[in-house]
Amino acid sequence: MGDYPSRSDNAFAGGTGVTGRHARSAGTGVSPSSYQEPPIGGGGALPQKARFSMESGFRGLSVAAGAMVLVIIVAIAVFLISKAIPAINADHENFLTFKTWFPNDAQPRFGILALGFGTVLTSVIALIMAVPVALGIALFLSHYAPKRLATPLGFAIDLLAAVPSVVFGLWGRDVFLEPVREFSGWLNHYFSWIPLFGGDGPFGRSILLGSIVLAIMVLPIVTSLSREVFQQTPGMNEEAALALGATKWEMIRTSVLPYGKPGVIAAVMLGLGRALGETIALALTLGAVFSISPNIIQNGGNSIAANIANAFGEANATGRGALIASGLVLFAITLVVNIAARAIIHRRREFRDSAA
Amino acid sequence: MAKRIEASNVTSYYGSFKAIDGISMTVEPKSITALIGPSGCGKSTFLRSINRMHEVLPNARIEGRLTIDDQNIYDPDVDVTAVRRMIGMVFQRPNPFPTMSIYDNAVAGLRLNGVKKKSVLDDAAESALKSANLWEEVKDRLNRPGAGLSGGQQQRLCIARTIAVEPQVVLMDEPCSALDPISTLAIEDLMFKLKDRFTIIIVTHNMQQAARVSDKTGFFSIDKTGEPGRLIEYDDTQKIFSNPVEKKTEDYITGRFG
Repeated sequence: MGDYPSRSDNAFAGGTGVTGRHARSAGTGVSPSSYQEPPIGGGGALPQKARFSMESGFRGLSVAAGAMVLVIIVAIAVFLISKAIPAINADHENFLTFKTWFPNDAQPRFGILALGFGTVLTSVIALIMAVPVALGIALFLSHYAPKRLATPLGFAIDLLAAVPSVVFGLWGRDVFLEPVREFSGWLNHYFSWIPLFGGDGPFGRSILLGSIVLAIMVLPIVTSLSREVFQQTPGMNEEAALALGATKWEMIRTSVLPYGKPGVIAAVMLGLGRALGETIALALTLGAVFSISPNIIQNGGNSIAANIANAFGEANATGRGALIASGLVLFAITLVVNIAARAIIHRRREFRDSAA
Repeated sequence: MAKRIEASNVTSYYGSFKAIDGISMTVEPKSITALIGPSGCGKSTFLRSINRMHEVLPNARIEGRLTIDDQNIYDPDVDVTAVRRMIGMVFQRPNPFPTMSIYDNAVAGLRLNGVKKKSVLDDAAESALKSANLWEEVKDRLNRPGAGLSGGQQQRLCIARTIAVEPQVVLMDEPCSALDPISTLAIEDLMFKLKDRFTIIIVTHNMQQAARVSDKTGFFSIDKTGEPGRLIEYDDTQKIFSNPVEKKTEDYITGRFG
């Protein structure tokens, strides 16, 4: 709009009507470059709507992309179910309650119970170890560390999340095995009256070792998501706490932690999702024993994903079907965890809206 | 319950930027002092210097001397949390803790100071909410979220939260700028009531408000952007608005400036 005055000046010079556009038809000597398109805001007859535009093209593309997700999910589910059902029908034991895994025998006998137990147990122990440390790091990064330390450290945490799990698995096995074996022996010596630390050995390739490696793997996810949430705490809530005479820790307890709680829960759930699905790191560290025992330090333990990685090579048709059936169970477990995490994130969004 | 504040030669910085330069003023107990002036002239910076909230911001520092009843609040041995308990603050935008109920908001400061006894907290919540003219409106829904109240109610809840810890001084940083005229009036009434118990300093952009509520008025101004803010004139409100000494003050209050 800013160029209107000069146009009407020109028009006036041409001795014609009121606005710039009239001046053009009057054919005055003013250079044509000053009268190009009508202003974007309109003028003249309304143009027709374009029949095939970028607009509808992008809409089609995004609808197709969205539909593809559903197609993939359904394809996976159909695949898992169609392969799993024949194997489960061939099973001579109850798939859900039997503990060991002999699907390649003439009379296949296998069940998910021990594997499912090991999967959940390793993941839960990993979270118990990882979450407090992760929250500590997240709070340090968001509220204690000076900025020039927090930025590279946050970057390092993100880098840790990108390390492939096979590297964690190898590292955990080669570096942690001996210390964990010795620590397990010590625990067993003094605390064998606690069922967790009982048994007569051998120790080392145990649920404990697998959980430690898993804990290190979920640490970066939980840390970086929690840090994001903590950083989003409204500054005015932090100031409100400080102005009431809160120390830094009291301020964090009064404003940061309550505000971040739903987000932290969601971060923990996502970490749990990763831990449940972890394959190779556990295949390398667990003792691959099919049993259900509260003991976490004896050689033993197994998880669904680790068992698939270990057993797939030698499996026959039924064996593969059985492994796929176990995969279906894992799919169901992670689905439940993810839905729970989504539900919590959703609740947080509603809560935010009401707070704003 | 109310104390005298003396600022002498207070200069505050954000990093290398000098925000206010050499502010000296004395605020009498149980009075309302208004700080007025154009945006960016350092009123809020000065206000935040009084309860040591200025230093919360990164790289912020302060020079000069600020005393409350002759105790230097910037003495290195002074516990900063004690200063902030003694000098409460109400912010520009109502900021009740979003995860807390009305009740929990009102007693948040007491809980921070270790008060746990239910009866003490109940009494404090009731008296603070009554002092903040909010009790009648919320007494039946104390367990509802504080963030569910209207803006004016939220601001009164914040005032209740501030006075529940029984401070000596209450600082208000444009407490009505986010509120409608009716809520503003409610807060102004409240200030008159609180004057009997607290020393109140209020930053406001609303000159009618300053004229209505305050006993004394300080006019801050800057020469141009990038220059530090200075206290141009500080006197009885009556005098500032009827017969100011400084030309700048007169220009500002008559609307020829800022």
